[in-house]
Amino acid sequence: MSEWQSWLALLLILIILCSALAVLLLKNHVAAVAAASVVSLALAVLFALLRAPDVAMTEAAVGAGLSSLILAFGLRRLGLWRIGAEAQEKGEDD
Amino acid sequence: MRRFTSLLFAGGLAFLLFSLVATLDFGDPPMRIGSGILAQAPAQVGTANIVTAVVLAYRGIDTLGELSILFAAATAAGLVLARPGRAVSAPKPGGFVLRVGADLLLPLLVVIGLYIIAHGHLTPGGGFQGGVILAAAFFLPLLASPGREPTHAGLSLVEGLAGGGFILIGLLALWQEGAFLEPLLGTGQLGALLSGGTLPLLYLAVGLKVGAELSALLARLMGEGHDVGD
Repeated sequence: MSEWQSWLALLLILIILCSALAVLLLKNHVAAVAAASVVSLALAVLFALLRAPDVAMTEAAVGAGLSSLILAFGLRRLGLWRIGAEAQEKGEDD
Repeated sequence: MRRFTSLLFAGGLAFLLFSLVATLDFGDPPMRIGSGILAQAPAQVGTANIVTAVVLAYRGIDTLGELSILFAAATAAGLVLARPGRAVSAPKPGGFVLRVGADLLLPLLVVIGLYIIAHGHLTPGGGFQGGVILAAAFFLPLLASPGREPTHAGLSLVEGLAGGGFILIGLLALWQEGAFLEPLLGTGQLGALLSGGTLPLLYLAVGLKVGAELSALLARLMGEGHDVGD
């Protein structure tokens, strides 16, 4: 690994950590799902950087794409799919 | 009582972890199987992508286990999600841009998915990745114009045929070579599209099975009961 690759890996790890924290701290469920998807996406880039392209493809397709889709549909079935002003309005009764 | 149980559980877990750490030295025994597989896989299995050689040839039965886990999970989810008898209000179709975009993307995504499956033994990728892309491709038109349900019978047929094909190839190898899922048909020339014996066929089965299963699951999730809670 050359030097710029190490710095890139460090940046990716920081992105992963920050988005994982955001998943826990965000009040809006839709935003939390999006943040979970960002974790997977950055992890996929990290895998590609570490020369594991097979795992990177699986992570990008399953982690970033499919699982956030499934989480989003789960939110919709539970009636938690609210964006923006609508979310703040309804969030008060929860 | 409940606190006592959780304390017992945490203590047992800590004991297990401690005994593992105490008895095993870090990085010992060294794993040398990787270099062994790297050295002999291209000649023995004939795939340019060594990962495929491991996934389908050296650890083929693990892949069969993964497929059965996926099958069980998708079946259970389908069982829970497909509750009959609930009237669903007619969903609104998507806008013009969404519908045309979905129609444009569908063939592209199908081609990419099939390419990744067919070249699984040559380049990174394979049945699982391509299958997920195929599922996404067939899910797009459903997103753009909901209510156009896919035929679950057809998807189940594809899934069953692909899963049966995987096991059938394995049994054929058991009959011919004496080992389950042993690659047949010779290795071919390294790097050619038709190489690696039965591995591309196995990956095609994996891809079709994963794609059919996941698109059925997504359609079920999307289809019914989307008004709960509103």
